[in-house]
Amino acid sequence: MCSIDDVPVGEGRAVVVDGRRVAVFRAEDAWFALDATCPHRGGPLADGIVARRTVICPLHERRFDLATGQECLGRYSVAAHRVEVRGGDVFIEALEPGWLDAEHRAFVAR
Amino acid sequence: MTSSERTIVIVGGGIAGQAVVEALRDRDRDVPLTLVCGEPRLPYDRVRLSELLVSGEDPGGLALRPGEWFADHGVRVLTARRVARLALELRAVELEDGEMIGFERLVLATGSLPLLPPIPGIDLDGVHAFRGPEDCDAIRLAAASAGVRRAVVIGGGLLGLEAARGIVAQGCPVTVVHLMDRVMERQLDAGAANLLLPKLRELGVDVVLERQTDAIVGEDRVHAVRFRDGEELDADLVVVSIGIRPETSLARLAGVEVNRGIVVDDRMRTSAEGIVAVGECAEHDRVVYGLVAPILEQARVAAATLLDLPGERYRGSVPSARLKVAGVDLVAIGAAEGDTEAISIDAGTGVYRKLVVRDGLAAGAVLLGDVRGSEALLAEIAAAEPLPDPLGRLAAAAALGPEDLPDAAQICNCNSVSKGGLIAAVSEGGCATPREVMTRTRAGTGCGSCRASVIAIVAAATGGLKHEPAYLCACERQTREDLAGAIREHGWRSVSEVTGACRTGRECGACKPALAYLVSETNANRHREERHARFINDRVHANIQRDGTFSVVPRIHGGVVTPDQLRRIADAAEKYEVPMVKITGGQRIDLLGVRKQDLPAIWRDLGMTSGFAYSKAVRTVKTCVGTDFCRYGLGDSIALGIEMEKAWEGLHTPHKVKSGVSGCPRNCAEATVKDIGVVALEGAWQVRIGGAAGGNVREGDVLCTVKTRAEALRVSTAFLQYYREHAEYKERTYDFVPRMGLDQVRAAVLDEHSSTALVERLRIAKAATRDPWLERDDPYHPRQFGDLDDVPAHVGGTER
Repeated sequence: MCSIDDVPVGEGRAVVVDGRRVAVFRAEDAWFALDATCPHRGGPLADGIVARRTVICPLHERRFDLATGQECLGRYSVAAHRVEVRGGDVFIEALEPGWLDAEHRAFVAR
Repeated sequence: MTSSERTIVIVGGGIAGQAVVEALRDRDRDVPLTLVCGEPRLPYDRVRLSELLVSGEDPGGLALRPGEWFADHGVRVLTARRVARLALELRAVELEDGEMIGFERLVLATGSLPLLPPIPGIDLDGVHAFRGPEDCDAIRLAAASAGVRRAVVIGGGLLGLEAARGIVAQGCPVTVVHLMDRVMERQLDAGAANLLLPKLRELGVDVVLERQTDAIVGEDRVHAVRFRDGEELDADLVVVSIGIRPETSLARLAGVEVNRGIVVDDRMRTSAEGIVAVGECAEHDRVVYGLVAPILEQARVAAATLLDLPGERYRGSVPSARLKVAGVDLVAIGAAEGDTEAISIDAGTGVYRKLVVRDGLAAGAVLLGDVRGSEALLAEIAAAEPLPDPLGRLAAAAALGPEDLPDAAQICNCNSVSKGGLIAAVSEGGCATPREVMTRTRAGTGCGSCRASVIAIVAAATGGLKHEPAYLCACERQTREDLAGAIREHGWRSVSEVTGACRTGRECGACKPALAYLVSETNANRHREERHARFINDRVHANIQRDGTFSVVPRIHGGVVTPDQLRRIADAAEKYEVPMVKITGGQRIDLLGVRKQDLPAIWRDLGMTSGFAYSKAVRTVKTCVGTDFCRYGLGDSIALGIEMEKAWEGLHTPHKVKSGVSGCPRNCAEATVKDIGVVALEGAWQVRIGGAAGGNVREGDVLCTVKTRAEALRVSTAFLQYYREHAEYKERTYDFVPRMGLDQVRAAVLDEHSSTALVERLRIAKAATRDPWLERDDPYHPRQFGDLDDVPAHVGGTER
């Protein structure tokens, strides 16, 4: 999909994989991929602040687990995809939509 | 026909239908679900529709869930597909296009329809109901159009008043015509409604009571409404909002029992096997509920019923609404009138509080303008507690702190957090401060109206509010002072050195920008820059917008611009098809909607330096015309403003710093509400700090009055550096100055020795800054401005 040098350390970049816009993240010691768009208000997750295992959406600071796509302390979730690094290249496999491991939280009243 | 094995079909894509889908998925991840939405969109938050009427924003923002959510959660969702009939004999629903969808269980969440009176003229052009986004669009466009001079809203309920507010916001005069003797008669009694009228008039909404509309008059288009007494009121736009009726036609045609709504029992079951009904179409114990909280409760019970899970029953709800009407807080709980009523009124401030008692038991409350004690009263009304002394209780409720509430009382309605939940976060979750509790539970992070209650409850639970250190890194409980000391001691020059040694920012990342600022500040900008620690704005030197594009604001010192600069800005705006060019509040020019990958090229074409409008940094120095042209000017505000901006530009600060210089006390540059503001007096300059005119309005404190322009520049520069060195990240000067105390700030900034040192340190830091827009030719990474599929064509280009 890209070379490891295409994504600066600690940042994310977006790309289309199998028709889905996916954000690829190069965290401290691992690569992750989530759907690129924040489910809250459509923020570009690739532009977020990346920590060891989470990314913070730049628009309203919703924070997501990079491995599961589940919002930390919240009810949103995005699909998480499989990333593999072989040699200097990064491969992304967009996973089938379906249930993620993360615990899903209840719809809440406004 | 699709396989119906175990399938649950939900008819109706409103709040109720979506709530059932979510309640089902919470309990069963596999049962096949099909949601049929009649409207051409995914379920959205209809309660917030009136906001669209005011703002004109896209209804997409109201979506309850994005499209991917349904795919990810295995929910088949059909939009713009209406159900024609329930084919109960086939255990299927038939859509209008003929498709049959089989089900084992069925949910009717068909909601309601707006009630339209059968009067002449109801079909005329210019007459609208107020129910869906399409109505919203049509009403807003009509109200904003020149041909519409006067609008009438028929119906003075909550929705009618909201519609009127939206119409006034478009600049169109509006009259609300109401049949009853008071507005919002379902929630308010006469006393509260009367107090609301002057507030509505202040907003520009006229109200006519006790008038029945008999006809809407016009040829093709409406031009007036006619009342029963024959009098007419001119109107080019009429909005009808007299109420709703449950949409029960599918159920009725299929032989399911319908009274006002579809009749359901305590498990939300209708009279037909395997079919439940939820929301505004359902009638439980002779009541049809139209508020969100009861509907969510019904959805949970319905989900349990559908999945054959035992136990949950719906027992009815005490209707309670907490809203803002005409900018006034209102809580209406249960009955608005009873056999005994305790009332307290302050007509001067528009405060009205009433407690309603029936047969000696708490039955309702109306709190307008002052809603203190509402949680406690709601709990008592829901439990129908005996109230021998309602007047005493009403007075006591105002003084009641949230610490007196029962554990079950809901504190944060946005995130459904009870008092017990907050206490558990302290006793079991190990949280020690309100901030930690809010982070863990999300209480207080929605609309924020409960934040004071959250703080009081946490204070009680932790045995009094301890002094809570403002942690720079909340995960590791490290303060700014601790980290600054460590950075100096070890000579660290980069964020990753600090993170590697202290774990700061490693877990959640939220404090990385704060740490990046601290590292740069303690190193006087001779640090090693690591962009992953910066917010996106500081990685690409532009301000991210809601759609992911960016805004570009070039530096224009003091707001004084040359024709050549204007020409270049205009050319760039055209060349890059900039959707909006706007003069900012700080007297600069903002190019909005620029694509990230175009940033380097547009900067190159502009040939100007960065205005830092995207960053926690020195922003603008706003100036008035001063002495050169103004006939009142006492001091050369433009010259001082430009000197200040040039002395400080490029410096990052703990939070943004907006400044202003006015040439006389008329203060056209609004310098008294700036972070740093200078006002020329006769033969002197007054320097103010800590002013604000945003969400908070605060008059700046007078730091000092000095004789010369040079002295004014020097003390403001000293203050700026003092703020840079001592404020917490994201702490504006208007919080910083009161926290430190004006005396302490004066001691540091006005003392000649320390002031000289401050100014010198600022100069040293300034010397290491560089215009970040030069990265157009010198990016820190080949893909600084692009995603993986963008061609990074503009980066490092060779033009110029």
